[in-house]
Amino acid sequence: MSKMTIQTDGDKHVVVTRRFAAPPEAVYRAHTEPRLIQKWLLGPDGWTMPVCVNEARPGGKIRYEWTDGKGGGFHLTGEYLELVPFSRIVHVERMHLPDPTPDNHVEARFEQDATGTLMTMRMTLPDAETRAAMLATGMEQGMEASYARLEAII
Amino acid sequence: MPNLDTAFSALADPTRRAILARLASGEATVMELAEPFEITQPAISRHLKVLEGAGLIARRIQGTRRPCRLAPDGVAEIDQWLAMLRDALAKNYDRLDEVLAAMKPEEREDVR
Repeated sequence: MSKMTIQTDGDKHVVVTRRFAAPPEAVYRAHTEPRLIQKWLLGPDGWTMPVCVNEARPGGKIRYEWTDGKGGGFHLTGEYLELVPFSRIVHVERMHLPDPTPDNHVEARFEQDATGTLMTMRMTLPDAETRAAMLATGMEQGMEASYARLEAII
Repeated sequence: MPNLDTAFSALADPTRRAILARLASGEATVMELAEPFEITQPAISRHLKVLEGAGLIARRIQGTRRPCRLAPDGVAEIDQWLAMLRDALAKNYDRLDEVLAAMKPEEREDVR
């Protein structure tokens, strides 16, 4: 099913859209409640998120720690700027690899549509170079997942 | 092999993206490329220089003209890059679909 789009916009934005077969309230909760976040925000197969701090209020802290169960891992920290239940979340985040990456400003909108929810996530990076680096990180994760699938086949 | 940082910087400009879109339909000269834009040929030439430096277009010499075309390798690499990020995100959202499906009964209980 090809229901996700990802596009670069201008010189420092990345815009992701995705439809979900659930009401905005459920999608919003899946983005703000740790016990739900830990079930899906995992990246490649085999990774887990043993630590998930998510204080869903303006100024609240975010801390996600991922591990591959084989000694590899990294974490993300962030702060909430604005929350409008169940339609809008604005936060800043950075990865620690282990040096912190420049801040990624993320605005997620959840809109009711005929079949459920349309999510529009707009990421704003400080500049074109940072965006390129972030996309490269995504590439590494994608490749990791590809290798994992390959291992499962051979 | 194009440098991806340079390639993304090159793509940051709307005129350069429009030039690439035009070249996707075939080779063109500077004059042909300048036509749809309200900017001078030297300005177009500067944009072409950036695109060429980023490995996104190639130029050949034909008499006094230097027609431009897309460099397939450069464009393909950017496509591939976005495709890989798409894969990583898509996997998360497929999992989220399952989480949302599991939440539904619980929500119905909440309503009662």
